Amino acid sequence: MAAPVLCRLWSGRRWALAYINRGSRHGAGTPTGSRSSGKREQSSVVQQPLITAEKPRKGEHEWAAVVGLEIHAQISSNSKLFSGSQVHFAAPPNSLVSFFDASLPGTLPVLNRRCVEAAVMTGLALNCRINKKSLFDRKHYFYADLPAGYQITQQRLPIAVNGSLAYSVFVGKKRSQVINKTVRIKQIQLEQDSGKSLHDDLRSQTLIDLNRAEGQLRVDANISVHHPGEPLGVRTEVKNLNSARFLAKAIDYEIQRQISELENGGEILNETRSFDYKLGCTVPMRDKEGKQDYRFIPEPNLPPLLLYDSASLPAGTDPQQVINIDRIRERLPELPSVTRDKLIQQYGMLPEHSLTLLNEVGLLEFFQNVIKETRAEPKKVTSWVLNTFLGFLKQQNLAVSESPVTPSALAELLNLLDRKTISSSAAKQVFAELWKSEGKTPAQIVSEKKLELMQDRETLEQLCHATMEQHPHVVMDMKKGNPRAINKLIGLVRKATLSRADPTVIKEILEKKLSA
Amino acid sequence: MKDGCAHVIPVAVVDLSFSSLSFAPCGGRQGTRTMLGRTLREVSAALKQGQITPTELCQKCLSLIKKTKFLNAYITVSEEVALKQAEESEKRYKKGHSLGDLDGIPVAVKDNFSTSGIETTCASNMLKGYVPPFNATVVQKLLDQGALLMGKTNLDEFAMGCGSTDGIFGPVKNPWSFSKQYREKRKQKPHGDKEDSDWLITGGSSGGSAAAVSAFTCFAALGSDTGGSTRNPAAHCGVVGLKPSYGLVSRHGLIPLVNSMDVPGILTRCVDDAAVVLGVLAGHDCKDSTTVQDPVKPFVLPNLTDVSKLCIGIPKEYLVPELSNEVHSLWSKAANLFESEGAKVIEVSLPHTSYSIVCYHVLCTSEVASNMARFDGLEYGHRCDIDVSTEAMYAATRREGFNDVVRGRILSGNFFLLKENYENYFVKAQKVRRLIANDFVNVFNSGVDALLTPTTLSEAVPYLEFIKEDNRTRSAQGDIFTQAVNMAGLPAVSVPMALSNHGLPIGLQFIGRAFCDQQLLAIAKWFEKQVQFPVIQLQELMDDCSSIFENEKLTSVSLKQ
Repeated sequence: MAAPVLCRLWSGRRWALAYINRGSRHGAGTPTGSRSSGKREQSSVVQQPLITAEKPRKGEHEWAAVVGLEIHAQISSNSKLFSGSQVHFAAPPNSLVSFFDASLPGTLPVLNRRCVEAAVMTGLALNCRINKKSLFDRKHYFYADLPAGYQITQQRLPIAVNGSLAYSVFVGKKRSQVINKTVRIKQIQLEQDSGKSLHDDLRSQTLIDLNRAEGQLRVDANISVHHPGEPLGVRTEVKNLNSARFLAKAIDYEIQRQISELENGGEILNETRSFDYKLGCTVPMRDKEGKQDYRFIPEPNLPPLLLYDSASLPAGTDPQQVINIDRIRERLPELPSVTRDKLIQQYGMLPEHSLTLLNEVGLLEFFQNVIKETRAEPKKVTSWVLNTFLGFLKQQNLAVSESPVTPSALAELLNLLDRKTISSSAAKQVFAELWKSEGKTPAQIVSEKKLELMQDRETLEQLCHATMEQHPHVVMDMKKGNPRAINKLIGLVRKATLSRADPTVIKEILEKKLSA
Repeated sequence: MKDGCAHVIPVAVVDLSFSSLSFAPCGGRQGTRTMLGRTLREVSAALKQGQITPTELCQKCLSLIKKTKFLNAYITVSEEVALKQAEESEKRYKKGHSLGDLDGIPVAVKDNFSTSGIETTCASNMLKGYVPPFNATVVQKLLDQGALLMGKTNLDEFAMGCGSTDGIFGPVKNPWSFSKQYREKRKQKPHGDKEDSDWLITGGSSGGSAAAVSAFTCFAALGSDTGGSTRNPAAHCGVVGLKPSYGLVSRHGLIPLVNSMDVPGILTRCVDDAAVVLGVLAGHDCKDSTTVQDPVKPFVLPNLTDVSKLCIGIPKEYLVPELSNEVHSLWSKAANLFESEGAKVIEVSLPHTSYSIVCYHVLCTSEVASNMARFDGLEYGHRCDIDVSTEAMYAATRREGFNDVVRGRILSGNFFLLKENYENYFVKAQKVRRLIANDFVNVFNSGVDALLTPTTLSEAVPYLEFIKEDNRTRSAQGDIFTQAVNMAGLPAVSVPMALSNHGLPIGLQFIGRAFCDQQLLAIAKWFEKQVQFPVIQLQELMDDCSSIFENEKLTSVSLKQ
């Protein structure tokens, strides 16, 4: 069923447990309406020797915070982790439930190969050590959306361990300074998702959906604070955070809460909390799941999961029966950090620009398609894609794939600009037109709106001459040495050309005429 | 079968085709017999030759099931299903398109195997009324071969027990209680006047299946074997009970007791029949990841003519003080038989045997605690009337649904799995399990081909005597010779050897190398042929007892004659 990988991420300053899991569990513990069973997600977060670092905040230099994340992410697969039933987003409730998913007695789990491959690939991408032998365990608790009374997971020996993920953060006033950081990943584990509970408080009913596939990312954050040099503090776990924004808010809130609690002589309880996104604070969860004993036991129906590499692969094995780590490594796509480095080297791009290009789904591909079809400078293309294009998208809350402007159209527009057929302000105008009127080419718009730059020098010279005559005191100012005066003249000439003249050419003509 | 059978027994393969009417004697059955008294292979030959039709055979079995209802061997009799299947089978025979040896053969299935459309209860309140939507793989395989499903057989609740006395449908009575052999002996005894209550247990937990085969109501039955649950009742009911290697036969659809030890078992009237059924059931199942990948082909069991190259091990630790004299002497006799025919018989040691029972207790209850967690009353099975909260509903449902034995095991298991106990109990028990399994590996590596042991401490005991002890003590005694085999995943077969002084069957157990089930059965078959175990004499029951056995009251009358 759900095809989950648990990654446990570590970093010097924040350690994290990540865990990619199929299916959802959202809004747990909130007092309103539908609530998912936040209950059992607590994966035993082993507070191993954590390396902590100061997290300096104004006026609280004496505190350090330690954060670990458990990330549940759904694997993109056609069928579930342990059964052959299909996975579809937004399928009708309980329409994709096999006998195993319903936990009918006598049914057995069968591991989905695709999910194992995805877990291995994730492990490789995150620089993990892939365990050639990993084990499955049962984690027990009673809950209405857990029909077997246990969840199959990888508690003792997960599929991948000891990884790292490098990332960058922007600091400084303009957020232009880049700091590179590394977060350590403790483990990646495959885990079956439970079902989804929908509580109808009005009728005191709980509805269960055993489809278990909602395609969500869910994060549990473990947070503690301590004085540097002293033992780690007691941790709390904030469960079921489903966006990066709420994750950050919840962590910041919880750190502050723990510090003030301790500074006021209180103590931190090892408890599970939920984040109230309306109030922006964390609150203890009703259930006492922190106290649960999950009574782990090896899953007897799944033999140890054995993986091979080309060196350890026994001769004559059926490739369908084994998973070769080396084969998966070959299929690993280029990782984002490599792509970013390439962009920086190839196009002289600023690191923060490379980051933005990769952070937006489809943006890099869009950029590359524009580059392919235009003669414009890469820097110009970058600027247009990141400022103009992305700005329009953001304004209308659209994804790259939903853009009305195609890469070819933008490339053609940039070519017109590059050939100086139009001015850059005219180009902006054309872009806005392109966004509105799908189907027209930039050239069509330029010609319809008469936006071409005036190529006829003689006409331009006449216009300059006329303007100078009409504005004698500006000319005087200029002659007196006011450097801003020429800009005013340029502006006036451009206005007269309906913005169709190249300002550099105008400037050149004006200067020539003045010095004559 | 699987690689690793280093010692392949040199055998002369004898053609066992039933082209003539001289049925190969299988356990010494001679002379004219009713169809029902025959072995599976004999009746299969009769079907092929048209001496009887599947429908006639089915009806005879159904009628005998009704006559022997007092045995309580069946929980559900699937009469309509069986007759329908017989009709289909008959059509195939008429067209000459028989599906094989099992086509038209009445079989019974223990009520812990899922059967599509047929109630599957595990003899528990918890699953009363539960009708699975799918067939267990082993059931499907039997049906695919044309077998007729006569019904679902009785057991201890969730197969937890060794008497077939602890299910909600009541105890199973051993057919031998009503045999001529036993009753004649009883008459000589002074205390024979309280016979009505002196019926014997079948052993368990597959007692219903053993009784069904023993009383001729079917030709083969599926049991399950976790600690001896197939071999134990087989020994007490005078039939062959095979526990295949773990991983050879699919567990998909078998409602689990201990997943890491459960194996579907086969109960038949002779070794050849067990081999036929195993040939059909064995092999990889994509629905059970613990089954072997290697393809398994159906096989015909060879007739061993020469055992001089065999080495039979006698584990000295199996000679326990509780072993009855009779079983002890038959065990020695069997060892001598092999030796006298030229086999090498040696004493071997399985030093960790004595830890087996306590180790099994920890592992079994732990897995039980886990496996039983799904019975919460929400989706299927029993649900209590309490609805104040989900937790209260769970508690009351489970309280009402499980008997004391099951609840006791769940509690113990959860205790062993608690974080603070896990290392001290579960992990230690797993280590001990490894030691026990290694004992067998060492013995087989030393050149032993099979081990010969008793199956049970004694013959079947009367119910009233049996229930004096609690389930746990009984299980510890009942499984003493059988359970280590499950820890090691080895194949083992109980073969009836002789009748005791009371006229009751005593079986001996052969244990083989992992995945050398075929070799093991060949040895068992040779032994079976040597010992000529007598047929149960239920003539009255089969021929003219319909009036007598119509109700229990009359049954007791008849026994007092």
